[in-house]
Amino acid sequence: MAAATETLDAVQSVTQSGYKWGFETTIEMDFAPKGLNEDIIRLISARKEEPEWMLEWRLKAYRAWVKMEEPHWARVDHPPIDYQELHYYAAPKKQQAGPKSLDEVDPELLKMYEKLGIPLKERAILAGVDPASFEGTQVAVDAVFDSVSVATTFQTTLRKAGVIFCPISEAVREHSDLVRQHLGTVVPTGDNFFAALNSAVFTDGSFVYIPKGVRCPMELSTYFRINARNTGQFERTLIIAAEGSHVSYLEGCTAPQRDENQLHAAVVELVALDDAQIKYSTVQNWYPGDANGKGGIYNFVTKRGACRGARSKISWTQVETGSAITWKYPSCVLHGEDSVGEFYSVAVTNNRQQADTGTKMIHIGKGSRSTIISKGISAGRSNNTYRGLVRMLPTASNARNFTQCDSLLIGDRCGAHTVPYIESRNLTAKVEHEATTSKIADDQLFYCRQRGLSEEDAVGLIVNGFCKDVLKELPMEFAVEAQKLLAVSLEGSVG
Amino acid sequence: MLEIRQLTASVGGKPILQGIDLAVPDGEVHALMGPNGSGKSTLAYVLSGRDDFEVTGGSVTFNGVDLLGMEPEQRAAAGVFLAFQAPIELPGVNNANFLRTALNAVRRAHGESELDAVQFLKMARAAARQLAMPDDMLKRNVNVGFSGGEKKRNEVLQMAILRPRLAILDETDSGLDIDALKIVADGVNALRGPAFSALVITHHQRLLDHLVPNRVHVLAHGRIVRSGGPELAKELEKSGYAGLIAEAA
Repeated sequence: MAAATETLDAVQSVTQSGYKWGFETTIEMDFAPKGLNEDIIRLISARKEEPEWMLEWRLKAYRAWVKMEEPHWARVDHPPIDYQELHYYAAPKKQQAGPKSLDEVDPELLKMYEKLGIPLKERAILAGVDPASFEGTQVAVDAVFDSVSVATTFQTTLRKAGVIFCPISEAVREHSDLVRQHLGTVVPTGDNFFAALNSAVFTDGSFVYIPKGVRCPMELSTYFRINARNTGQFERTLIIAAEGSHVSYLEGCTAPQRDENQLHAAVVELVALDDAQIKYSTVQNWYPGDANGKGGIYNFVTKRGACRGARSKISWTQVETGSAITWKYPSCVLHGEDSVGEFYSVAVTNNRQQADTGTKMIHIGKGSRSTIISKGISAGRSNNTYRGLVRMLPTASNARNFTQCDSLLIGDRCGAHTVPYIESRNLTAKVEHEATTSKIADDQLFYCRQRGLSEEDAVGLIVNGFCKDVLKELPMEFAVEAQKLLAVSLEGSVG
Repeated sequence: MLEIRQLTASVGGKPILQGIDLAVPDGEVHALMGPNGSGKSTLAYVLSGRDDFEVTGGSVTFNGVDLLGMEPEQRAAAGVFLAFQAPIELPGVNNANFLRTALNAVRRAHGESELDAVQFLKMARAAARQLAMPDDMLKRNVNVGFSGGEKKRNEVLQMAILRPRLAILDETDSGLDIDALKIVADGVNALRGPAFSALVITHHQRLLDHLVPNRVHVLAHGRIVRSGGPELAKELEKSGYAGLIAEAA
């Protein structure tokens, strides 16, 4: 009942219209010159004090990228991106040697977290309050502010458990062998245009290593935020769960309002060994552009997990409400026998937003199983596409997939599209696909309004009901935030 | 007091209501009968504010306030409740959440404090018990997977919880067995009092045995052709509408 209560409160508490998190902080920036060439990559690598192998890896990716072409198969439409007009490196100016502890975190940054509505206890953590007072409800935050991580918390508790949770640039220096062993093994440098670009220029992101048999003592969470004008952000995340380990990772994003389109091309790689479990949850709320689609974020992301070990499990849960363009397919490669892949997704588009999102489940191991639950909601003049691939390789005996794809239309000028690819090369493998498309019916709205609900509350209630199967997969704090986001992003979509 | 004067309304340009005059004073329950297609449901929708119906003339006031100028949710806040002939399904929306959201919206409109989940559930469970409905009715999704009878009973439960000042029941008794019929009647009877009135649309005298109306009106071709006491319904049960309509024409 508690969850249900908070659902209602969350829906009810949202009354503001427009993008409520559109603001900029005034932290001084330190830019690399515009444009991309090998010298810029050398500069990034040098700034990050990276080992030689890392620079070579980046250059290899860059050389692959210059020969590649931007993909155009997705159902999205945008003016050409001039990759030479972007800055590829920006870092907040460091005060003296940079914040070594939380007390030294820029107060501007803490204020920004407050505006973002980061839960009080996490702000307190960021503000340096004694972690002991938060035992039991711990959330560690590795805050990524533009390209450089400025705050890392709970390191001692994590270290005690043997967990490594740090900025990836630090991991490249401090845990070089681990990074070198796994980086690019799930998403190779030449995987696709945006992944290659990311591999060449990524400046930060998170690294997580959970040792054998360890259940990570807290949810790991990272708040991303794009805040520098004309700075593409290229996050790189690598999570490795060793045999029998468990980890839940939370990623949430908002961005300030602005005019220029912004490019975001992140790469996330997950590796799960025997009996390991990784749960990766995202709430994405980047600026979607104004009602005419001007000024939103372009989000071209490659997320992929490898279930390398037997009985390993990777679960992606995402709630996507933001960005002008979303191009994103969190996927699972199920190598391990009896390994499990899951994808739970809510994608909302309103006004002129475009989303082409879905997943790939590649079944290699015997008895591997996957579940795909996708809920697409389109309003305004937006276009929302589910694109999914389920592939059963000859080795995937008795593998199973279940896919459910539901689309909800609000109004009559939006579009919902479902593009499921199914390839089965094993006769014992089973693939099930269910799809529905529905509209918020006038009589549903009238029924709610007759009982006293405003039109917007009615839409919020109906949409949250539609998404329930996905929202219940989110960790509690995220579920509440996600429900608010759904209501905010659909404001003004009816009538 | 509900006062309808010379009300005319059409759907897609086709006139349905052709000059309705009807008053339901506070504290009274009126039955509205009449053949299929006479405009009973249209009247129910026009009173509750469904916008597929175009009001072309006349007026409707409730306690002196113009109802026709209000949005559906404002009418709900003013105390108007419609028990739907075909209740709508809301997939994934829990009945208790739905009702609490609705109740709190109405309470807010009255400047009253909202009920928290615990207060609400206590109240809702009591209401369900009084209507001999199982608790799990509250946990299920609104009308999803409900039988026809359960949907109708759920409307009565909603009415019991929202405690309207004017209840319009659109054939809530249709398709119900005797026990369920009694639940509907009990639901209305429990709300009866000086500040409550109801307009009960029905085809059957059966319901009116349990829910004795102050007045009975017969609607035909978009007009009220006859009004009378409870005995009128009994008369109709014997002789049907045909003679009455011919007489009026």
